[in-house]
Amino acid sequence: MGKRVLLIEDEPNIIEAISFILSRDGWTVHTHEDGTSAMDKVLAMPPDMIILDVMLPGRSGFDILRDLRGHHTTSQTPVMMLTARGQEKDRDLAMRLGANLFMTKPFSNAEVRDHVRNLMEA
Amino acid sequence: MMPEHRLVGSRIREKRLDRGLRQASVAETVGISPSYLNLIEHNRRRIGGKLLADLARVLDVDTGLLADGADRDTLDQMRGAAAGLSSQVELDRTEELAARFPGWAALIAEQARKIAALEERSQVLTDRIAYDPQLAGSLHEVISAVSAIRSSASILVGPEDLDQDWQRRFHENIHKDSVRLADSSEALIAYLEAPEGVLEQSGSPFEAVEHFMQKNSWHLPALEEGAALTEVLKTAGLEGPAKTVLRKVLDDYAGGVARLPLAQFEKACRKFNYDPAALAQNFNISLTMVMRRLAHLPPDKGHPPIGLVICDAAAALTLVKPVPGFTIPRSVGACPLWPLYGALSRPHQPIRMDVALPGRNGTRVLCFAVAEAKGQESFDAPPALQSMMLVMPDPPETAADPYPVGVSCRICPRSGCASRREPALKGMDIQTVL
Repeated sequence: MGKRVLLIEDEPNIIEAISFILSRDGWTVHTHEDGTSAMDKVLAMPPDMIILDVMLPGRSGFDILRDLRGHHTTSQTPVMMLTARGQEKDRDLAMRLGANLFMTKPFSNAEVRDHVRNLMEA
Repeated sequence: MMPEHRLVGSRIREKRLDRGLRQASVAETVGISPSYLNLIEHNRRRIGGKLLADLARVLDVDTGLLADGADRDTLDQMRGAAAGLSSQVELDRTEELAARFPGWAALIAEQARKIAALEERSQVLTDRIAYDPQLAGSLHEVISAVSAIRSSASILVGPEDLDQDWQRRFHENIHKDSVRLADSSEALIAYLEAPEGVLEQSGSPFEAVEHFMQKNSWHLPALEEGAALTEVLKTAGLEGPAKTVLRKVLDDYAGGVARLPLAQFEKACRKFNYDPAALAQNFNISLTMVMRRLAHLPPDKGHPPIGLVICDAAAALTLVKPVPGFTIPRSVGACPLWPLYGALSRPHQPIRMDVALPGRNGTRVLCFAVAEAKGQESFDAPPALQSMMLVMPDPPETAADPYPVGVSCRICPRSGCASRREPALKGMDIQTVL
């Protein structure tokens, strides 16, 4: 079984597309759509990497990232942030909070696959 | 706008003071009583024909210039235009320009007003793009749909070997997202188109309200006669934030009407010579309600022009009723010496102050200011202060020197002012302007 990626995203068709791409690349993809319970999901099955959307129902991706970096289990887990908002201040905030990478939508599938590979190899 | 004939008196007064002539001597020369000239100078009597020509001769000015020449407001607006754009212009020759080319002077003033309005509108649009949650939500929808379509389409055209089931799923996904994209795009376009009317008002809700009130000379007979506030609000045709601001203004207006019926109030105004404190005492009513009521007196019953300015604790102007001879800028910082601002540091202590603006004609204005908590007060919470200032131009002269104030630092020639924020523009020197 490949390494586990947890995709926290609320857009069903984006979930399906990313899941398909990464599965075909050998990853085991788990998904979660809600911001409020995202941290519980992470701790229940600590993944090797997390793809985290910023705008989620219930809780923002920034808040979840802050908790991830504050918890000993996930403090070092690679996190790639996804957002439709490409503003510089959002990128700065994500990086300050400890994100490893920040990607803006719309993205290419190849980009997602390459970034995930690179982060896991780093 | 005040009728033109009401400004002629102010110009006569300006010219007389310019030339250092006493009211009594000018009156005697043209064969009228000093008290009649005083009424003319305070725009309480119409003037024209031979008397205007005689006064022009005594004051050594062209009759036409006296009748139509540049007034203080135009001069202030022209200087404000220069201040707003930090232009290096011959400020000391503003009056000359306005007198010689009144059409150009009016154009400069109007263009400055339009620039200020456009700047404010542009700021509103910038804020809207940056902070409007509805716009952010719409854009998020569009980008999310585009992202999903791009990813699904890339998979379909990519090198992946897809079975029919996967192909069908991604085709369906693309179809759903394309429908969603069309809907969200339409919603976005509708949102961007709809605000045309709203924006005009939301750009400057206070100015939209003031524009409506100015069109009605700040007096609303319907409200005076007991019409429902909602009916008056409907006739104004304002929407969005401007409507909310107007509702509050009308609410205060209607409160004043209920406590101080017009006929009774007008009679008392004449009896107490428009003194807000005496009127408040006479009617046993708050000073601020009397001040608002004074600002809404009918324009055609011989009452003196009365201006009103209200600001919040941050000194942001929330209502400006201008009068000839008195302006207070919104776009550039106003002079902090006005009692409107002084009252904020001493709430509930009314201030009566005779002030003089810089300039050779030494325009004087009588101010009544008071700052009070607005809304419901509660324990352990700071009061929401607002300050109100009533303005009466050209008060009777008194023995005491008027308190010197300005319009804005950039166009103020006064030296040694402890409240100065920034230097005056080049050309605003004391010799040429004071």
